[in-house]
Amino acid sequence: MTGIARRGRAGSAAGVPLLFAVPAALAVGFLAIPLLGLLEQTSWRQLASELTAPQARLALRLSLVCSLGAVAISLLLGVPLAWLLARVEFPGRNLVRALTTLPMVLPPVVGGVALLLAFGRRGLVGQWLDRAFGVTLPFTTMGAVLAEAFVAMPFLVITTEAGLRAMDRRFEDAAATLGAGRWTTFRRVTLPLIAPSLGAGAALCWARALGEFGATITFAGNLPGSTQTMPLAVYLALETDLQAAIALSLVLLVVSLAVLIALRDRWFPTA
Amino acid sequence: MVRPRIRSAAAPLLLVALLAAGCGRDAGPPAGGSGPPAEIKVFAAASLTAAFGKLGEQFTAAHPGTKVVFNFAGSQALATQIRQGAPADVFAAADTRNMDKVADQVSNPQSFASNLLQIIVAKGNPKGIRGLEDLARKDLKVVLAAPEVPAGRYSKEALDKAGVTVRPVSLEDNVKAAVSKVSLGEADAGIVYVTDVTAGGDKVEGVDIPVEQNVAATYPIALVKASRYQEQAQQFIDLVRSPEGQQVLEGYGFLPVPAS
Repeated sequence: MTGIARRGRAGSAAGVPLLFAVPAALAVGFLAIPLLGLLEQTSWRQLASELTAPQARLALRLSLVCSLGAVAISLLLGVPLAWLLARVEFPGRNLVRALTTLPMVLPPVVGGVALLLAFGRRGLVGQWLDRAFGVTLPFTTMGAVLAEAFVAMPFLVITTEAGLRAMDRRFEDAAATLGAGRWTTFRRVTLPLIAPSLGAGAALCWARALGEFGATITFAGNLPGSTQTMPLAVYLALETDLQAAIALSLVLLVVSLAVLIALRDRWFPTA
Repeated sequence: MVRPRIRSAAAPLLLVALLAAGCGRDAGPPAGGSGPPAEIKVFAAASLTAAFGKLGEQFTAAHPGTKVVFNFAGSQALATQIRQGAPADVFAAADTRNMDKVADQVSNPQSFASNLLQIIVAKGNPKGIRGLEDLARKDLKVVLAAPEVPAGRYSKEALDKAGVTVRPVSLEDNVKAAVSKVSLGEADAGIVYVTDVTAGGDKVEGVDIPVEQNVAATYPIALVKASRYQEQAQQFIDLVRSPEGQQVLEGYGFLPVPAS
């Protein structure tokens, strides 16, 4: 880092080639101007009333419940997975890692269709769930939670795995020589040491879950109060009530910014 | 961090200059008839997809100098796009309300077709659904189009007429999504247009809704005032409203406009 910084200092204003400055400036404008557009169109006086309108409050509450649920599932299943990926050599490990990260690049609508074909009422697993337990996931809040977990869990797994790889394993070895069992070592030594990356991973995972749209509307449908999360409400409000859509968008924007700011030093815990 | 310093004013200035260069408004309309081949953009309701595709072919065959490009989506989305300045030449909506939203941007909207609602169920009607009353049954998963969508509003009207209260499991963002939830077997029934059931394939079938409960969707079509190709756009509208055009629409399950 410092080495690069020193080299960077040599570049003065005159040293920045126009070839880079122009596209770079365009990129910044391209990324930032839409946000300005959102702010410019916001009716600040109406903002409070828009956000406390019944439909908006339902969507806000549901988004909070679903995204936290998705983070909980991701922690419960994703941390052990990250540990396995980081610590255990097993055949097909790279394949497993690729599969786990696939939802990050998969178009979410495709993820939603895949979820339907797997967990839908006629789906691979879903028909069995329906017959054995009478459980159907589409059109339920649990379905929305699953859709969000599907796209968000990879963010937690990747960040946590990186944290596990970067930590000094001698602390774990020391704990083991002092007689601590595996679980105790994990709980008392490993977890506290990777807490920063775990926190960063959970925050990223939460932000992604909160913004999930495609998989949710495809798999869980759209019903206020049970599956209509904030992004879905924004999409539908856009066509009838622009100010409501803008108000909800603004909440999502603020949350995303807050996560970014909170994570600015931990973005890449291994770097 | 790599942070070469740039003279602070340079970046924003460049940006502004480039944006200004790109912001020029379209030049005025070219002289009608002559010049490069015309391309008219027809914004049409999703339920018109198949029928207008066919009409587009007929139009190009009759007017070789003019290309027709379609933008199919929910009428409410199209109306929003036109209001935000999308370059449409013709707008065909699935209801008059969305046409009214752009009233000051179009000239002389005219009805050209109508459509009825039908209950869509799985092939063979395994749940034995016979009418709107059955949709209130607790053992059924019913999907409707969202109230923002014309099909959703018509469905609500029909249910109100029948005095039936339905607790839908989902309010889909367009009528085709409701069709697919039924054809995938996730939902047991939905309310869609007759034409959607026809286009829905062999996994679904329709249950008729009696005339006294049904709602006729009226489709208006209009010329967009800002169109650069007024003449060609009007020709397309004329084709849709001509006997040949009406025949194509009927072939896809649309009904003629009720005489008023």
